[in-house]
Amino acid sequence: MNEMQFLTWVRGPALDIAIGIFLLGVLWRLIEIYSLGRKVDVAPGRHRDGASGLHTVFRRSVPPPGMVKRSPVTYIGGYVFHIGLAIIVFLFEPHIILIRDLTGLSWPGLPSQVIDLVSVITLGAMLVVLADRIKSPVKRYLSTFSDWFTWTLTFLPVLTGWMAVQHLLLPYTTMLALHILSVELLLIVLPFTKLFHAFTVFGSRWYLGKINGHRGVPV
Amino acid sequence: MSASLQKGINALKEVIDAPVASYFNSCVHCGLCAEACLFYLETGDVKYTPIHKLEPLRRVYEQEYTLLGRLGKMVGLSKAVTDDELEEWKELVYDSCTMCGRCSMVCPVGNDIVYMVRKLREGMAVSGHAPDGIKGATKRTVEIGGPMGLKWPAVANVIKKAEAATGVSINVDKPGVDYLVLLSSMEIVNYPEYLEALVKIFKKAGISFTLASDAFEATNAGIQIGASDIAKVIVSRIINSAEKLGVKYVLSPECGHAYMAIRWEGPNLIGRPYKFEVRHVLEVLEELRQKGVLKMKDKFKEPLILHDPCQIVRRGGVLEAPEPLIQTVAENYIPIVDKQKWNWCCGGGGGASAIHTEEAEALRAKAFRIKKRQIEESGVNTMVTFCANCRIVIEEGFDHYEMNTQLLGLTELLAEHLED
Repeated sequence: MNEMQFLTWVRGPALDIAIGIFLLGVLWRLIEIYSLGRKVDVAPGRHRDGASGLHTVFRRSVPPPGMVKRSPVTYIGGYVFHIGLAIIVFLFEPHIILIRDLTGLSWPGLPSQVIDLVSVITLGAMLVVLADRIKSPVKRYLSTFSDWFTWTLTFLPVLTGWMAVQHLLLPYTTMLALHILSVELLLIVLPFTKLFHAFTVFGSRWYLGKINGHRGVPV
Repeated sequence: MSASLQKGINALKEVIDAPVASYFNSCVHCGLCAEACLFYLETGDVKYTPIHKLEPLRRVYEQEYTLLGRLGKMVGLSKAVTDDELEEWKELVYDSCTMCGRCSMVCPVGNDIVYMVRKLREGMAVSGHAPDGIKGATKRTVEIGGPMGLKWPAVANVIKKAEAATGVSINVDKPGVDYLVLLSSMEIVNYPEYLEALVKIFKKAGISFTLASDAFEATNAGIQIGASDIAKVIVSRIINSAEKLGVKYVLSPECGHAYMAIRWEGPNLIGRPYKFEVRHVLEVLEELRQKGVLKMKDKFKEPLILHDPCQIVRRGGVLEAPEPLIQTVAENYIPIVDKQKWNWCCGGGGGASAIHTEEAEALRAKAFRIKKRQIEESGVNTMVTFCANCRIVIEEGFDHYEMNTQLLGLTELLAEHLED
């Protein structure tokens, strides 16, 4: 298989398989988790529950008082790489074209120089949070193989994408193929690892807000 | 596998629900919960990271309720939970967790960690891995009536003293009154002034109330240990008595875990709402203050700070009452940085104060340093709180560190300065 054939394969059948596993995986995991349900709380609530779940979905995106000072790297590093990933995935022109081809939806993107800068910042932030995971006693203690593995799978698409655009190390075609392959690996693994928090974070915050809102505590 | 372990695992399987599943899937091992835990912060020991305390529950979840986990278990990739492991976790689930719920306040993905600790205790208790101190308290509550083994004569004695001090005769087992007043054993033994204070305030407000000889204990050791069947038996005593007497309200004493038990867990334990309403004494006092009944003849002059008990404020939702009440009676109330729902636990909630091993007591003393710092940083000599268990634990802390801070109960302080 030459590089052109490799690129054709990752862009064709491999992408279909990866997206297929991703979609079915997400659906399966969501059912597996949320079909467990929960008992109705029969203690009369302090106020009407209202939108306490939804409030918490938003409120938890903001650090609680004093916490940034306690763990600056986690918060700042976390914000930077999450926002960076979102910008790269959804506002880079070639990505928008791919999404348009797959779904028919499209929107304006950012200039490629901006994406370039965002990529470098994101890679930097990810290296910082990795160093923090190695250095911080609590994080190192909690870390399992899955934490290192998912970090790698998240880092590689950004790195290879940036290198492909910059024409670094390998010919563009090869690097692009590697980039797409790394994204496919990420898609396949996402539903079955901690990366699935991208979906469950909303449910978790919602439950937390509901359970505590029932007792009259905004969390 | 031993029969008790099997029971424990079954209990865990039963308490796992969609929130638990969602929480475990959301955890990214960021470790921020450790920064909210007084046991981690004061010891620096990583094993006290709150999410780590749930490891046995997480594994049971993964092995029983996820496809990959079930496969892993079949091919021997993931290890089953053992008795040895649960025994090791006893310290993490009881000694070093007061169910204060501060971790749930900071988790960025929104995991309600304390909600899961409560559930894990169900498996710990039934498999025989709860600490002896809490086992004893639970046994005494079931067999005698309260966690400290007190019987009605002790309460009758406190009633007699309160009658002598106030000149008011106190109803016992009287149907048709407004309130059924509950006490916690700690109040009966250590703070009998609480009842006196209440009698004084209720007389002034014209509120009718009774105590019940078959339901005076408000705390629920069944919940602390994590045995819902026992908790149900204990809470049913109050429910049966209150519904038989036909009271409108049941008054939860200052004690925090009692409030959680009777107000929030009770209806879920018996599977229906009550025929009466449960109110925390501070909610009633705040209502009286707003109505203008709670007038003070003078104020407490010394500067003071407030310790907000976790189960009443952060977890119980009595958020708005404490500050206006303390401001009514104190001339010089100083709000601290981490107050109200952000307050730090005394270190002895969730049944921890009933564990009297050397290690547990040493750990509590260490954890208390966070409270000590709060007091020292505020530069006051007086702290006010509204939970009998907090009071005992804090006074132990004062003794341990030879601090000469005075600790006052809010209801008593209000009664003391109440207009005649």
